[in-house]
Amino acid sequence: MTKEYHTISQIAGPLVFVERTEPVAYGELVSIALPDGSTKRGQVLDTSEEMVVVQVFEGTGGIDKASGVKFLGETLKMPVSKEMLGRILSGSGDPLDKGPPIIPEKRLEIIGAAINPYARDNPREFIETGISSIDGMNTLVRGQKLPIFSGSGLPHNDIALQIARQAKVLGEKEEFAVVFGAMGITSEEAQYFMKDFERTGALKRAVVFLNLADDPAIERLLTPKLALTTAEYLAFDLGMHVLVILTDLTNYCEALRQIGAAREEVPARRGYPGYMYTDLASLYERAGRIKAKRGSITQFPILSMPGDDITHPIPDLTGYITEGQIVASRELHRKGIYPPVAVERSLSRLMGQGIGEGHTREDHRAVSDQLYAAYAEGRDLRGLVAIVGKEALSERDRKFLDFADAFEDRFVRQDANEDRTIEQTLSLSWELLSALPVESLTKIDRKLIEKYHPSGKK
Amino acid sequence: MEEQKRGRIVRVAGPVVTAEGISPRMYDVVLVGDLSLMGEVIKLIGDKAVVQVYEDTSGIRPGEQVTNTGEPLQAELGPGLLSSIYDGVQRPLPVLKEKEGDFVSRGVTAPGLDRATKWRFVPKVKKGDELQGGMVIGEVPEGNLVHRVLVPPKVHGRVKAISEGEFSIEDVVGELETGHGLTMMQRWPVRTPRPYAEKLLPDIPLVTGQRILDMLFPLAKGGTAAIPGGFGTGKTVTSQQLSKWSDAHIVVYVGCGERGNEMTEVLTSFPELEDPKTGKPLMGRTTLIANTSNMPVAAREASVYTGITVAEYYRDMGYDVSLMADSTSRWAEAMREISSRLEEMPGEEGYPAYLASRLSEFYERCGRVKTLSGPTGSISVIGAVSPSGGDFSEPVTQNTLRIVKVFWALDSKLRERRHFPAINWLTSYSLYSPILEEWYRKNVAEDWSSLRLWAMETLQKESELQEIVQLVGSDALPEEERLTLDVARMIREFFLQQSAYHQVDTYSPLKRQYEYMKAIKKYSELAKKAISLEVTLDRVQALKCRANLGKLKFEDEIDTGLKEIGGQMEAEFSGLGV
Repeated sequence: MTKEYHTISQIAGPLVFVERTEPVAYGELVSIALPDGSTKRGQVLDTSEEMVVVQVFEGTGGIDKASGVKFLGETLKMPVSKEMLGRILSGSGDPLDKGPPIIPEKRLEIIGAAINPYARDNPREFIETGISSIDGMNTLVRGQKLPIFSGSGLPHNDIALQIARQAKVLGEKEEFAVVFGAMGITSEEAQYFMKDFERTGALKRAVVFLNLADDPAIERLLTPKLALTTAEYLAFDLGMHVLVILTDLTNYCEALRQIGAAREEVPARRGYPGYMYTDLASLYERAGRIKAKRGSITQFPILSMPGDDITHPIPDLTGYITEGQIVASRELHRKGIYPPVAVERSLSRLMGQGIGEGHTREDHRAVSDQLYAAYAEGRDLRGLVAIVGKEALSERDRKFLDFADAFEDRFVRQDANEDRTIEQTLSLSWELLSALPVESLTKIDRKLIEKYHPSGKK
Repeated sequence: MEEQKRGRIVRVAGPVVTAEGISPRMYDVVLVGDLSLMGEVIKLIGDKAVVQVYEDTSGIRPGEQVTNTGEPLQAELGPGLLSSIYDGVQRPLPVLKEKEGDFVSRGVTAPGLDRATKWRFVPKVKKGDELQGGMVIGEVPEGNLVHRVLVPPKVHGRVKAISEGEFSIEDVVGELETGHGLTMMQRWPVRTPRPYAEKLLPDIPLVTGQRILDMLFPLAKGGTAAIPGGFGTGKTVTSQQLSKWSDAHIVVYVGCGERGNEMTEVLTSFPELEDPKTGKPLMGRTTLIANTSNMPVAAREASVYTGITVAEYYRDMGYDVSLMADSTSRWAEAMREISSRLEEMPGEEGYPAYLASRLSEFYERCGRVKTLSGPTGSISVIGAVSPSGGDFSEPVTQNTLRIVKVFWALDSKLRERRHFPAINWLTSYSLYSPILEEWYRKNVAEDWSSLRLWAMETLQKESELQEIVQLVGSDALPEEERLTLDVARMIREFFLQQSAYHQVDTYSPLKRQYEYMKAIKKYSELAKKAISLEVTLDRVQALKCRANLGKLKFEDEIDTGLKEIGGQMEAEFSGLGV
């Protein structure tokens, strides 16, 4: 029988301080009985013989010093089962969809152990998202974590949904299972996601965790861990390919800062805790492939950059952990271009392993490098045109200027339901490049130009 | 080993555990809790010791036992280090996988060096020889090279017995008259630099085969370099290229707090790669230390020391070692994280006040040295820094720049244009250029330095002209200056850009680099002459030789091509009347 303590000495923010306990384990789960009969759950953050600090998940509202505190003798575990597919759960894992409780096949620690780097398999299977600016320029592979860096008012949710809808691996019929972890998003946004999942039938192969804007901030720290533990179970125990969409990481980091401040920790940059890098890494690094295991976890975290500032600690630290980023561009969005992917600022670090012969096509690398270079040159010229006018440009420069416009208008722009194959994306690329003088295509091997250039294979 | 002392835990707060009753020294390794998690003493208050634990402490409670091993964190040094893959505290990852499965679980221990493997030991000393610390007692073939078994630094005496044959690393292969048994393995505390006889001037370049590095910003053997860069500037690709191609005998790669998938790329690509010099697998001269960002933060802090200790050990055998620390910012962040858990007074941006001294102590462990036994060896350190927000004024970058002599400034603007390696030629520098000049003159070409200077001047001039072009457009410039712009563009696109993924372009020998730049210079001179004869720039640019010069770098027969292109240039320019 677990003992109940009534020795709360202090309550501050989400933290409860309990005195004179038996030895309590670090990370141990806590249940607190409130005077009104309800219970709240928490976790031990700091334990010594004199004092135990408990972080309460659902917020400390209603707890008084007479409340009873029970230490449950185990660290936080979550029940997982195959039946979770198609279910909608709260941010702390309780069913929200009026369905039956989940009968666990296994109970797993939600703080996943790190994958042994030696056990990891190299992610190299190309995922076709059907979006040219991603497939062609920032190719995604299975096991990658590729965040969307967005800003308020940009259609990042649509991009994430389009990817979830269209993502496939060439030559395989199997669809991705989707684990969706929402942290502090509005119920309107949540509905938008849910509706799309239902419309496309994706809900059948999805597990949804919802922590909404009015749910306790501290619960947000739990939500992505639950989502990823579920994903690991689906991927590495059941052998499924899992896409994890986490939104919005900015809310998660705000919660992290809130707890840090309540614990009176020494803050690092902009008041965020010094361990934020490690904390984020413990989420993002749970993507990947494992040798001799069938499944995989591919992550799509979404975060909104406060003030569109990419140097803000949240996108900054994220960028150091994830394998690239897709940056949403306000400029393109204003021009009415969907998806507004800022190609020049986006990057997929694992692209090199997933493209080329045997993956996409032999000319993919060269073509994308050339598109990048030409687009960058065209964009530079726009600045010049603003000063000297288009007439002052040389013939060559004018072609690059037009290229940049055509690139945005035809390559980047596509319909939210348009699913382009990689072949289509690449032939569109050649078509656009053929507007430039052949001798300026310095990034492409002579042989490839002869083989693929539309101007009659010279 | 000293008597092990047992005590108990009084407090657990994340990776920081307070224990009492173990009366340790600073930096002693202790085993914490019933799971025996490895940790290190980092603070002593009264009879209490603050321990930083290398593993997750969930489930550990006050009252559990703590054992003091009485020794600081040590690395095991001996045959078997090469081709090994370790975590930050030298636990072999493949062994952990075998023991515990795909995830790194807690409390697993495995010795750094395999005890069972037999190595063929051939003595190089005989009975009666007087031995000093650092002397070679015998040789063992290991990977691609000869592993020289050394007398541990503080040991000396006359040889009483020594034997030849197959031994494991713990077997006694020889004995001193003092009764001290010699084995192939020794231990060394990782936070203490290994001794050497004297430091030498670093006047030999570390040849990397990367054109922009060798030609414009060379690193000396025993030198220090920093590669900063915001994320996605190609830092990782550049440091991997260096590991693959630099002419060091040994490569130690420390993946400190980096991405798991990227580490996997290293772990899977290295074994497949051939060492360009020996044709044997590159892993045969490599030790990898992988502590990814989600592995315990305290082990991340230790990983850099483990790496440099392994590097020092091979240096002491007389080898050239290059150590890649990717990234030192993650290392500094680990220090910050631990420091903040200790509630220490923070310095700039929350980093501990001792950040600068830790960094300089680390970089000071590299250098070209005369070893205790006579030959020279070197450690070159290339530290990647990842400035937060791409802001070079942040403390880790600033403190690093005060120490290192070479700065390869990775630039996100260049990355956007797919200019790789994205090293900015205007802001990068190398303080070794003057010291290395003589070597280049003797070993490559008399006019190497003047060629280098010419290239740098052209690029500098380009950046000045670019400012004018931004205002008035390039058509407003006189032909001669437009030519300068064009030549600078050739230097950038043909010479500085180098594809890590192209089989020919990925490595460029010094001689080829020289011929290539020389050819560009020749073109520039001929073109200048043509323009002075009133030939328009458009006609000059349309010459085939210009386009050929650009495509040459991807051709299999590049060296013949470089020989022939001079003739082609002369023929075509004489067609223009030059």
